[in-house]
Amino acid sequence: MIVIVDYGMGNLRSVQKAFERIGRKAEVTDKPEKVAAAERLVVPGVGAFADAMAALRARHLVEPIREFCARGRPMLGICLGLQVLLDDSEELPLGAPAGAPLVKGLGLIPGRVVKFGPHVTASGLKVPHMGWNVVEFVKPSPLFEGMPRQGVYFYFAHSYYAKPLDEAVTVGRTEYGGPFASAVAVGNIYATQFHPEKSQAVGLAVLENFVTRT
Amino acid sequence: MLAKRVIPCLDVEGGRVVKGTKFLDLRDAGDPVEVAARYDAEGADELVFLDITASHEARDILLDIVRHTAEQIFMPLTVGGGIRTIEDIRRLLQAGCDKVSINSAAVRDPDFVRRASDRFGSQCIVVAIDPKRVIENGREVWRVHINGGRVPTDKEAVSWARQVEALGAGELLLTSMDADGTQDGYDIPMTRAVAETVTIPVIASGGCGSPEHMVRVLTEGKADAALAASIFHYRKFSVAEAKEVMARAGVPVRMSPKSEVQGPKS
Repeated sequence: MIVIVDYGMGNLRSVQKAFERIGRKAEVTDKPEKVAAAERLVVPGVGAFADAMAALRARHLVEPIREFCARGRPMLGICLGLQVLLDDSEELPLGAPAGAPLVKGLGLIPGRVVKFGPHVTASGLKVPHMGWNVVEFVKPSPLFEGMPRQGVYFYFAHSYYAKPLDEAVTVGRTEYGGPFASAVAVGNIYATQFHPEKSQAVGLAVLENFVTRT
Repeated sequence: MLAKRVIPCLDVEGGRVVKGTKFLDLRDAGDPVEVAARYDAEGADELVFLDITASHEARDILLDIVRHTAEQIFMPLTVGGGIRTIEDIRRLLQAGCDKVSINSAAVRDPDFVRRASDRFGSQCIVVAIDPKRVIENGREVWRVHINGGRVPTDKEAVSWARQVEALGAGELLLTSMDADGTQDGYDIPMTRAVAETVTIPVIASGGCGSPEHMVRVLTEGKADAALAASIFHYRKFSVAEAKEVMARAGVPVRMSPKSEVQGPKS
């Protein structure tokens, strides 16, 4: 069973419908035991990093997610669901003073989540990075099998992005005022900064790959 | 490179697409879900549903439409029209839309933009701005109007854009009331002035009569996305045809993915 982690952050139904569209049943749940016991786990997410981590903790989902990963079964993080996999994030909670400590993530992928800062806006680019941008497949990954080219447009909507410590985990790279990691893979953990569930046919193909090839 | 977006807008009234009467080859000419499916097939980058009715019954119908659309179409969907409360937004997002567009409620209570963006994230809060060129004290002012353009406000387009950006809007939907419905082209100077002021994306709207108009507003007008209703509704151009013109003019666009990847069978 594919399990979609419900931690109250955003578009769970969209992700579930996308799996339904490719003929796969996916259960949306916040039950820790179901998360830990899933065959495949999807961590979606839209919103703020600190809220997401607080919600995961409040629902006692942090340990079950770690436990799931330790079993070596495939997991897919999407957007904020990618970002929470890292060690910490520059995205501070609302009202936090500048210089406040960074918010801790799940720490499953070493690295930090950082903002598209002045280096991006100075070149006239807008933040959030919103719309369709090219993901260049820099390393072979099961997620991208059968893609027509080495680079394909996917849909993005985010102001922060992951900076993994080890560049080798980056399997998809996107240019926005400089390159950033738009898809990562570490062992059984896969994650995309873009939204496969909003990226039409190519997005559904990524989800299908996640189900059949990982 | 980030593609410039082409966004068809569907004006929905009482659950029907009101500009859609010429869709003769559709089973149900005014069914928003079918119209949305056609735009999806043509390679639209996003869709906007603008609810032009305001009654409570109509809102429930709209939620149903959003639900059905989101079951079939896997691209970003924005819904606007009559959104007044956090609960309105929550229900729309839960039904499957990705972004909401707030207009009059933002002017009446600017803090609503901040609350909405704090609660749901700025990436899903679009603020719609409808300016009209008026002469005040011998000077032209881009006066923001609300209530479907009937009521002038004390806001001026550029400063209001800056204000809602600071409040946490993630995107602006800028509709020139002077250009809207003319099909003579977007208001380039106004779009450019707003787009150069803010660091969030700007969707240009109002006046599109041809793909060339889109090219202009995305280059000279510096918009990030071009929204159009009539030219797509009345099939003057398909989204794919518009994008071909844009690509030839050097505008970075995403061509329809359907031709590239075989979508999974449903």
